[in-house]
This record gives sequence, C-alpha cells and structure tokens, in this order.
Amino acid sequence: LGLALCAGNLCALSGAAFLYHDYCVLGAGPAGLQAAYFLQRAGRDYVVFERSHAPGSFFALYPRHRKLISINKQYTGKSNSEFNLRHDWNSLLSHDRRLLFRRYSRDFFPDADAMVRYLEDFASLLELRVQYNTAIIHVTLERNGQAWNGHYFLLTDQDRKNYKCSSLLVATGTWVPNVVNFPGSEHVEGYETVSTNPEDFAGQTVLILGRGNSAFETAENILGVTNFIHMVSRSRVRLSWATHYVGDLRAINNGLLDTYQLKSLDGLLEGDLEDLAIIKDKKGKLHVTLRFYLENRNISAGIDSITLPQDELDNFATRAPYDRVIRCLGWKFDFSIYNRSLRMMPGKGNIKKYPQIKPSYESRGTRGLFVLGTASHSVDFRKSAGGFIHGFRYTTRAVHRLLENRHHGVPWPCTVYPITQLTNSIIKRVNEASGLYQMFSVLADIILLRENATAFEYLEEYPVGVLAELEMQTGRKAPSGLFVIIMEYGRNFSGADKDVFYYNRAVGEAQHAWQSNFLHPVIYYYKCLPTEREMSLRPPEWPLPRPDAIHHIVEDFLTDWTAPNAHILPLRRFLENCLSTDLRSFFAESCFLFAFTRQKLPPFCQQGYVRMQGLVGSEGLRRHAVQAGLLQDYTLTDFSGDTSPASHDRSQDQLLKDQVIPLRPLQHLVNAKDE
Amino acid sequence: MSDRGDSCVSSLVFLLFCASSILGSAGLLQEPSPQRYFSALEAGRASLAFFTPQVSPGAQPFLEQIESSAEVLQDYGISVVKVNCPKEDVSRYCGKENALRKAYLFRGNILIREFPTDALFDVNSIVANVLFALLFNEVKYVETVADLQNMENVLKGKSNMVFAYVPATGTAEHRAVMEAAFVYGTIHQFVLTTEAALLKATGDDDPDESSAWLLFCHCQRATDPAQPCRRTALGHPLTLLNIHRHLKLMGAPLVTEVAEDPEKVSTVHLQLGLPLVFILSQKETYEADRRTAEFVAWQLLGKAGVALLSRDLVDLNVLHRSNVALKTPDEGIPIQYLVLEDTDEVITLVEDKNKVKQIQEEEEEEEEDEDEKENNNQDIQDDQVVEAISRDKKRELPLEQVLVLTEETFHSSLSGSPRTVVLFYASWEAVSLVVLRSYSEVAHHLKGTPGVLLSRVNCWDWPGICTQENVTQFPTIKIYQKGEQSVTYDGMWGTEELTSFILLSRVSCPLKLATMEEAEGYLRGEFPSELSSHHHPSLLGVFSTATSEAREAFEEAGNILSGHVKMGMYLEDDALALSHKYSVSPPALLLTRSRGQSVEGITLSKQSVQDMVQMIRYELLDIFPEITVQNLPRYLQLTKPFLILFTDGDISQVESKEMLKLPKGSPQQAFVACWLNLKKTPVGYGILRTYFATVPSLPVLLWVNLHVGGQVFKFPPEQSITEVNILSWLEKLQAGLETPSSTLSEEDWKPPLPAYDFLQMMDTAMPELPLHSSHHPGDMPAQQPPKIPGGDTAVQEEPSQQTMSGKVGSPGRDLCGTAPRMAAREKQGKRHSEL
Repeated sequence: LGLALCAGNLCALSGAAFLYHDYCVLGAGPAGLQAAYFLQRAGRDYVVFERSHAPGSFFALYPRHRKLISINKQYTGKSNSEFNLRHDWNSLLSHDRRLLFRRYSRDFFPDADAMVRYLEDFASLLELRVQYNTAIIHVTLERNGQAWNGHYFLLTDQDRKNYKCSSLLVATGTWVPNVVNFPGSEHVEGYETVSTNPEDFAGQTVLILGRGNSAFETAENILGVTNFIHMVSRSRVRLSWATHYVGDLRAINNGLLDTYQLKSLDGLLEGDLEDLAIIKDKKGKLHVTLRFYLENRNISAGIDSITLPQDELDNFATRAPYDRVIRCLGWKFDFSIYNRSLRMMPGKGNIKKYPQIKPSYESRGTRGLFVLGTASHSVDFRKSAGGFIHGFRYTTRAVHRLLENRHHGVPWPCTVYPITQLTNSIIKRVNEASGLYQMFSVLADIILLRENATAFEYLEEYPVGVLAELEMQTGRKAPSGLFVIIMEYGRNFSGADKDVFYYNRAVGEAQHAWQSNFLHPVIYYYKCLPTEREMSLRPPEWPLPRPDAIHHIVEDFLTDWTAPNAHILPLRRFLENCLSTDLRSFFAESCFLFAFTRQKLPPFCQQGYVRMQGLVGSEGLRRHAVQAGLLQDYTLTDFSGDTSPASHDRSQDQLLKDQVIPLRPLQHLVNAKDE
Repeated sequence: MSDRGDSCVSSLVFLLFCASSILGSAGLLQEPSPQRYFSALEAGRASLAFFTPQVSPGAQPFLEQIESSAEVLQDYGISVVKVNCPKEDVSRYCGKENALRKAYLFRGNILIREFPTDALFDVNSIVANVLFALLFNEVKYVETVADLQNMENVLKGKSNMVFAYVPATGTAEHRAVMEAAFVYGTIHQFVLTTEAALLKATGDDDPDESSAWLLFCHCQRATDPAQPCRRTALGHPLTLLNIHRHLKLMGAPLVTEVAEDPEKVSTVHLQLGLPLVFILSQKETYEADRRTAEFVAWQLLGKAGVALLSRDLVDLNVLHRSNVALKTPDEGIPIQYLVLEDTDEVITLVEDKNKVKQIQEEEEEEEEDEDEKENNNQDIQDDQVVEAISRDKKRELPLEQVLVLTEETFHSSLSGSPRTVVLFYASWEAVSLVVLRSYSEVAHHLKGTPGVLLSRVNCWDWPGICTQENVTQFPTIKIYQKGEQSVTYDGMWGTEELTSFILLSRVSCPLKLATMEEAEGYLRGEFPSELSSHHHPSLLGVFSTATSEAREAFEEAGNILSGHVKMGMYLEDDALALSHKYSVSPPALLLTRSRGQSVEGITLSKQSVQDMVQMIRYELLDIFPEITVQNLPRYLQLTKPFLILFTDGDISQVESKEMLKLPKGSPQQAFVACWLNLKKTPVGYGILRTYFATVPSLPVLLWVNLHVGGQVFKFPPEQSITEVNILSWLEKLQAGLETPSSTLSEEDWKPPLPAYDFLQMMDTAMPELPLHSSHHPGDMPAQQPPKIPGGDTAVQEEPSQQTMSGKVGSPGRDLCGTAPRMAAREKQGKRHSEL
C-alpha cells in the first residue's frame, strides 16, 4: 500500500532524502560567492550550488575576447581602502586584503582569466561551502506553516538529488543567449561560438547583429582584417560616457564608431531584427533582405526567385552580400528551472531579460526568494551599477543584512553618534564610501534621529527603494525624522543623445549646488518616514519622494568634499536648519562663557566641555579665531566698560565683515572657472 | 519688487488677453488697434491706456514711466495697455494730436479719468493718481476743518478713520497712502488732505508743512459726540510698510490678557519689533490693574503692547514685589521683571528702550544695505574652530616627535613599545586638527620621557584601523599598554591635561604600596619617583585584609580614574596603624591635596564602584577653588548655584579667609563658593559685561543660579565682603527680597543663519515638477507661470495645479498679488530687525 502511494517523482519529493540548509545559493559566480561570504561570516547554514567544476564559469567563456571592461585601478594616490574600492570594479567585498583584484592583474582592463583565478581563490581562501558539479534543474515550493516564509524551496539537481532550503538566493546571472528568429537565422553564428581568431575573418565582409559591448568587442577584434563590418540593431548606440551607465558602449570598444564616422567602410544601421531575413546564395554569400519580401514564398525555391530590396531600391544600404553574420545580442535570465508556483516572471519592456523583483531584491512572486547579482539588475537597469560586480557586491550585502534582520533578529548594523558628529559622519561617508558612490541613487545611508535629536543612528547602504519599510526591514526605529544620504547625477545631464561636454557643465558655487551635473551627494530630510504611497507617487527619475528639505553638496572635480567653506559649511547650515539647532564647534573658552551667561548650551559644549572634554586649543589658534572676529579677546579690552553686550555683538559682526574682503577674489576665481 | 507676487496677476491677465496680445516689457500689454482694445475690455476691470501712433514722435520719458509702472499697477488689477494707432485711424483717441499725450483710465469701457502726461511724471505719481481716481469712494478728500469734523462725527461708533496729510499729490507719500487705502479701504475710512491748515486743527502746534503726516483716529470706540476721537500719530515716515505696521498695531487689542508663561507669549507688537509690557496683576487688585493697563496702553499705543498677566494663573519664579515685566522683541534677551512706582516710569522705560533701538536700527540699516549686496552671510564661516584651523593650515606642524602609523605598522608599533599613545584623527576635520596641534605640544613636553611613544593614525587614510579599534568619532586618543587592552582618554583636549594623563597612566592605578615608608612617601608626593616632579593630589586607600569588598571596588574605581587621579593602595598588616595615625580606621582614604599640605582621612562607607568613583571625584574638588576654563565642568556637575568672587588678579588674604569660612559654616551642599581671577581667565570680563553691560568695580561678588532660573545677584558693593554680610545677604536672596541684576538668557541655540533653500530654488526653476503636492500646498504662493489655454492638458490635470486654478477662479482676485507681497515685505522688515 505504501508503495502504491509512493509512485514516481512524488515519492522522491515526499521522502526523507532531502538535504536541508537554511540558505541555498544558486550559482558560484561573483554574486553567489559574495552572498556565501556574508552568510559564512554570520555563521549561517548555507550551501552554494554550482553546475560547473569551478567558480565563475561564465568568465571561463566570456567575454570571448577575454578583455574585461571593468576597470582595475592600481593607484589612486590614496591609501583609504574604502575609497579605493570606488575605482576597483572587480574585487568582491571581504576582510581579506589578499583578495583585492589588483593583486591578480596589473592591467587596467584585466584579462578574464584573472577573474576566474580570483573567484577560485575567493572561494577557496575563504573556505566557502560550494557544491560544484551540481546543476539545479528544478525548483519548486513545499507549503509549510513552520517555514520562515510559509514554504520551503525544494531543489532537484541533474542527478535527481533533492535539497530543501528555507531561503533561496538566486545568483545565476543572465547566461541564456538572446536569439532572434527570422528566415535564414540558421546562417547566423552566435557570439558564444564564433571564432576569436582574426585570421578567420581575413578578407571577409561581416554583418554583426547587436549593438552592445559584445558586438563592438567582436568588431574591434576583426576590424583590421575584414573588408568591412556592418552592425545592425533596433536602437541607436548608447555611449557610456554620455549616459553614465557602465553597461552602455564603453570607449574601449568603440573603434568601429571611429571608422564609421571617418567613412572607412565600416558602418552602423538601425532596424528591427525581427523584420530581417537572410538568404544564402549559391556561392555561400549571405544576402540581407526583409521578411516582407519572403512572405508567401518558398525559400527552398532558391535565391533567384526571391526579390531582394536592391531590386526595387538600388541604393539599399545592405545590398552588398556578407560572408558572415554574427549574432551578439546579449543574454537573459534562465527562467526554465522554476516551477510555475514560484511565479518567476520576466520584467516588462527593456528589462524582460531579468526576473521581476522588488527594490528589496526579493522576488515579486515568491517570498523568501532573492535575486542577486546581474539578474537583479532590473532594479536599476540603465541607471546604476547593480548589474555589475562593483555594484552588486553592495546590494548583496544589503540583502544579507535584510535577511539577518528578518530571520535572525539581528538588526541592520548601525553606529550611534552624538548629534555633534552629524556633519562629520556625513562628510566622512560621502568622501570615502564606495557603495554609495557605485550604487548611486539605489543605496543610501540613513540617519535616524533619536528623540530630542541629541543623538542619531547611522545605517549604511540601505536600498532606498524600500525606504518606507525601513523600520520593518532593519529593526531600527525612526521616531524623530531622518536624513537620507545618496549620490546623484544632475537630473538632465546625462542621456544617450546629450552633449556631456558642453561649456559651463560644472557648477562651482555652493549656492547653485542643486544644479550640479556630475555625481554629487544629496541629502534628503524627512520629518517622518515616507509612506509606501508617497514612495509610489514620487516623480519619475526621482529616487525619493519630496523631502521636507533637501541639500546638494556641490559637485567636485576631485570628488573630495572636505572643503570647509564650499562643502562643509553649507551642509552644516542645512543640518542646523533641519534640526533647528546650532552645530558649530566652540573652543573651551567660549563654552565657559556660555556656561556662565546662558541657561542653555550649544550641543558641542553640552556634549564636550560640560563632560570635561572641552577643546582647549592653542594660543595660536585662539589668535586666529580672534582675528576672524569669532572669538572676543578680553585681554586687550579697555576697562572703561562703555560697551554694551549689544554693541559687543555688533563689533563681532563688524569683524566678520572685514573678513569678507579676502574672500571676495576667491569668489571671482570660482566664477571665472565657470564662465 | 518681488516677482513672486506679480506672476499671479500676470498669469491671470495673460489668460484673458493672450489670444490677441503680445507681451511688451514686463507687464505692459500691447493692442494693435483701438477697436481691438475696446472690444477686449471687460466690465468692472480697470485699465490704463495710452495711444501711440505707429511711429512714436518723442514722448519717450512719459512712455518709459508708464511702462515701468505697469508691473506695479498689475498688482492692483489694473492693466496698462499700449494701444497702437493705425495710420489711417482718426477716432477720438487716435485722431487728435493732443489725445496722444494723455493716458486714459477705464473701468470696463467707461472712461473714469484722463491724465495729462505732466501728472504722470514718475511711477509714484502714476500709481498714486490712478489709485486715487479708482478709490474715490474709499478715500475722501477734505479741504476744510469742518469737512473733517463732519466726517469724524459720522464715523463715531461705526468705524475708525485714517487721516493723512500730504504736501502734494503724486508724491511717494501719496502713493503709500493710496496703496494702503487699496488694502485697508474697506476696513477704515481714509481721509486725505493737502491743506496745511488742517494740520494745525488736528492738534499739532507747530506742524512741519513740508512733511507728510498720518493720524489714526479711534472713532469706532468714541461714544461722546462732543469729544473728538482719540488720535494716534504715525511717528515714522509715510511708507507703505510703516502705514501697514501702524494700522496693524492700531487694530490689535488694546490690552491683551495673558494666562501663560510670558516667555511664550507673542503678540503683534513683538512680531513687529516692538516691546511688550506686562502688568503683573493679582486677583485682589485685578480691576484696578486693568484700568492701569488700559491707561498705559493708550500712552504707549504704537510704541509698545500692553498685556495683563494674572500671577494667580501663572507660576512665576520672580520677586513678589515685581509688578511690571518688559519683553523685548529681540530673541535671547530675557524678560526683565521690575518694581516700578507709577505709570510714568513704565512709559519712560519703553521710550528709552525705543530710542536706543532706533539708533541701533539706523546703524543697522546702513550695514544691511551692504549685507544685501553681499547676499547674506551664509557662505561666511562662523565656526570659530573651523575658521581658526583654516587660517592656520599653511603652518607646518612640528610633528617630528609623533610617529605616523599605517595599516602596516600599527600592530608592530604597539607591540614594540611598552606604552603607545595613539591619536586617531581625520585630516579634514577641524576639531581633530586642533587636538593634533595640542598633541604636538604634548610630544614636545614629553620628549625624552622613557616608555612613552606618541603616534597618530589618520582615519581618512586608514579607515580600516579606526574601525577595527572601534574609533567612530574624531578625535580619539587611546593609550595602549604593551599588547594589552587600551584606555581611551576622556579628559579636556588640552596640552596640560593630556600630558598629565599620559604621565599618570604610566603608573598603575591604584599603585600597590609595599611598605609603610613607601606609603608615607607616597602621601608626601615623593613616591613613586616618576611622578615626583608633578603636582597631583595623592590619594591612598588603606584596607585591612578583611575588607576585600571595599578593596575590589577601590581597584575597579582605580581603573576608571586611571590617568586622572593618582591613587595608591596599602593593605599590609600595619594598615591599621597607618590609618589610625590620621584618625580613621580602614577601609579609609588618605588624601594630600598638594605637597606640604596635611593629610586628610576619610572613612570609606560606600562600597559600589560607581559610588566610590563619585566620592573620589567629589573629595578631590577644592573647597574654595579658583574657577578656570579647564576646571569649571567639574564644579558644574554639582548642579549647585555659584557664589563667585571676580577679582582683578590674585585674591586678597582677607577676602579669601572670609570666603573660606562660608563653605565650612553653611551646609556644603547648598552652593559652590569660588573665585575667578580675571588676569588668568580674562573671559571673565565677557561674563561681567553680559551681566552688567559694563564691568563693575572689582572685586565683585555674585550669586549665579546657573541651573535654576538663571538669576544673577550682585552683592552690594558698599558692604565689605565678610562672612556675616554675605550670609545675611544670602538669606535675603533666599527670601526673595533682592532684585536680580540680570537673568541668564534662556534662548535656545538656533541655527545661526539660514541654509540654501534648494527645494524652493527647484520649485521656482522647475514649477512643472509635480514634486510639490501632498504636504506643501501653502509653500507656493502664486508661482505658476502663465499657462497657454489648451496647452499641455496632462500637466493641468496634476493635483498640484489646484492652487493656481483656485486662484484664477476666486473672486477678489485683483488683490491676490498684494497680500503675499505685503506679507513678504513684513517678513523682510522683521528679518532686518533681527539682524
């Protein structure tokens, strides 16, 4: 009887043959290993499944011409390791300094083999638990009220071995090549298999379908030996230096643009690939025509019976026959392994190659399923760096922090500071934080003010899209308002057709900071946490809803926002006005005076001097402050005493004004730079 | 002129006319022909038109003036239209040569007045004359005294009258009166004259005929037909702002009744920069006080507000004798409570204050003109620490003695030296750079001291170490004992304090003393030898072997106080003998405050670590300390009032002796008796000036309630400083029989200057942004740009557009530019007085 019930697959599914882990990670690529690293450090029960025998199998094959286009900067002139990550696009996050990518390659654009070696080391040095040669071919759900998310994930590998997990982290990337089907598409070679030896293309005429980095990389490789190369794609070329999006065409690959514009036979064409048709003639040459001409015709009848566009339009652009047609159309996510109950749906429009996920990187269809790495790029496609190592290493950490809070009661890590450190903590982060910098407009630092605003909690790199859920997602409370620190480009600056080199493109003056074009820090202030509704009603292109106040730190040529007057002072004024307090620092002598003449003390004196940590300063500094009119020198005063407190204040103002004079020429300098 | 207010009207006018008109200079409309002009006229709407031939023959100055007044007139709903006369046109307005030299005022298509160009010589005259013509009902013109009296009699019991004299029409004053009449004309009756004879009749004996004059006549409350209405003259030049202010003041209630903390009270007067006088009343005398208040209020009308404060309802922490309080509009100046004899004193008080203020304002105004050009002071550094550091940044610091640590050298250096002091700082952060400067001085002092290595880590270069060492704030100083745990410095960031801390922390705390000789030497300050050259109070804990609990607490306290206090411990067999020598029994503390002084014995009764730490700190405080910048916080923590003697130089023996008696005589908990040497702590002059405006004759003895109420009392200078005198004075203080000389400001620490309002700049620059919606509908007074009808409908559907459509649709729209502008000006005025 028992046997009758236990039939076929059902038996395997309900049997005791499940290997259980809290977390299952699919894929041992950069994102999978990054996730494994954080799980390992937190002491979680996890396993990574990798279908290949080694990590990073995608990089073992791609890019075909082996040159990574993520930069590997050896020198920045700074020793700040966090800052240097801003210019290291290949390393994963770890505490191990050996695992910095610059130790694996000295090339600015490194070879893909270095990445493979790096990932191998990352997995082995950190002793990550990766199960190789395990291809998960099916994922389904098992309802269970006891499970973290109301269900378990049941995984089946190629050997019909079963695994059971509470949380599933999908880091499989996008590896299924995009193909188009049109008449004659069987004559098209794929990027994944095409020869990378230029000699094979000598004297040939080549048509490339696609206009991404892989297409241009392919063209670049054979540019010198072909007769000419034409490229066709639906959309116009998007240059990454115009769009500030690293996924668009990078300058390192764009040699063909040069020869196209210089009329050196190579060329670009726009057209819908679905309308295309390719016909092979008797000599093996490939002719481009349109599907339209082929309709209701029998192709097998031979080329002679088919009308070609040039028969009617004798200057048709692609009338010359090609020797080869190569398809370089990118990749998409592998949706095939998920049971329908998981509702893994492709996104809409230009993100259909990615699964639908929330801004928290959790699947829209299944609770407890998180998408990491390249496949999670729908959140910031064509905006930020979430589809690339230098972006998703941070979003993976953010997901890990969300999970720690959700399942293990570990709230989002934060540091508590006294309010006097508010300006400093922001300045420190905007100057060195790499996650804010790489994942601009996606990850944000959050400052949660405590009651009375005498102290605050600082949370790093929170996904700004789920700001409304902050209290639930982080386990932290926002009782008295919050600041959100985020990096942004100017709203109308970048775009595929924008001139990003126009005159006056840089703003130099702090008072015009909101018009800054290049990446710069922006601070949003909310008196209370925005609601879901406010988040959903935010204007397009805005990462956040309308704040109660906003501050832009003016863009900086060196991305060094530590200038006392241009960067820190306006920020302090902003914070002061949001909190309605005085955040200046004072020497002990000033605090002493305030202690005797005022019933209340400024926060700096309250939290420093009164607690016996006054800033005594040196005589020289005191003199400077006196000269600046910001400190009264009582040793020199006449004792006749005809000065009232009011006029004493005014004399300070007077001194303040004198100080304006040396500042003026500087102001002009800044203007001149702009004009 | 603010563009903000205008755009509301202009957008409206634009909507009405945009089909046919072309926008000329700001606000000026053009019509191609008289026919078009008259056909477009709308009933009830006023417009000022002038007709010009296609080729204009001169008359340019006149045109320019009209054009520049167009914007102003638009605020009052009057459009200014330039009508082009086609060559062949010979109609009434275009045909005649002299008609072209006139301007015509229409309401609907009815001609109200024609103005010869010489009556419209500048913007003032145009605005004044046009409004005068339009407001002939609201503004009565009188020529004789009889006319004025008739008018007054009619108004009695009904409404108030604003009577203005201007030497001539078409002047700036005339314009100001007309503009005020436009806003207030429906509330008060405006009466205007240019007859100097009327001036005399209004009571002014020697009027200055050449200057304008405005009276507010309180006819509404006048009941006696025989008596003229009470009058209040505007004591300032006739400008729109001043008139507006005056009318607001006249409209305020004569006496405000108050039943809350006067600090929180705000009235029109305070908002307009005038003081507010409180008459402090009690239940028994309420009616009489009310009459007094009204009497005073009439006297002070236009100069100050008067409020009646019931002491029964509010718990005031002031003298019982006080009967009047004065609150000034300046923030941060505390309310003055006074004991005054009669009402004249109240009035003099206010008028004197005002005089001083006027002078100040005049001076300030001059300065502000410059300020305006400077575009505020927002971009000027007002942080003394940051500014001092940036002025000092070119100087190279003598940091040869301080080792620079990096991620590579950090750990090896710590293990290589028995004691490493590490300053964690950030090279961009001003406060930590101040400390770095002090630190370099410390390094200089400690040069050659064995066993101490001074080093620094720049957290901007090496964030990894700082995170690892749990350094979250800059600056932080930690002292690492060879390879072991570290102590974080928590004292003053001064050279002296830091040096002393580093030296003291070389010796273990508490230091175990082995022999009686060591213990005695320790109390004399001679042992241990490395500390013999420094003057610290010596604290010795004496324990018998049985008292392990107290001993453990003492050791723990030693850990906490390490570096701050020199602590020793003696627990040998003869501990009992040692303590008995100082007439205590173990567990006990023996304390030598400074070398050569006698040893005090203190019995240890508290056993918990926290209590022990507290007690040790407390015991180390001086009985009659000299207060300095560095040591004040220690005494502040006692949260007691200060009895402080300010002296110019060292304290005299006599005074010192008398003062020393005080803490001994009275229960010590009551107050901190101390003195301040102005030579050593010159900032004390700043304190005295704040209290007394001038420095009083020294020495001066003060009682300062630092923690409660903030009153400052001055010991009568005619009395000599003796224990008896002081004590009897203190008794009087406690009984509330003395008037405080001053009260510490209760002002909060607000932002010193406003921030750049980027949100508003964005709204202004990109009004199409649907950003402003849910919570800020009020923020956007009439900033919508003119919309072309039938334009972008998608935009018009946005909820944010409701503000605009609401305004367009509402009646009384002609005023919609004026009110916000008035408010804006008022605000500006307020800001001026604050600056």
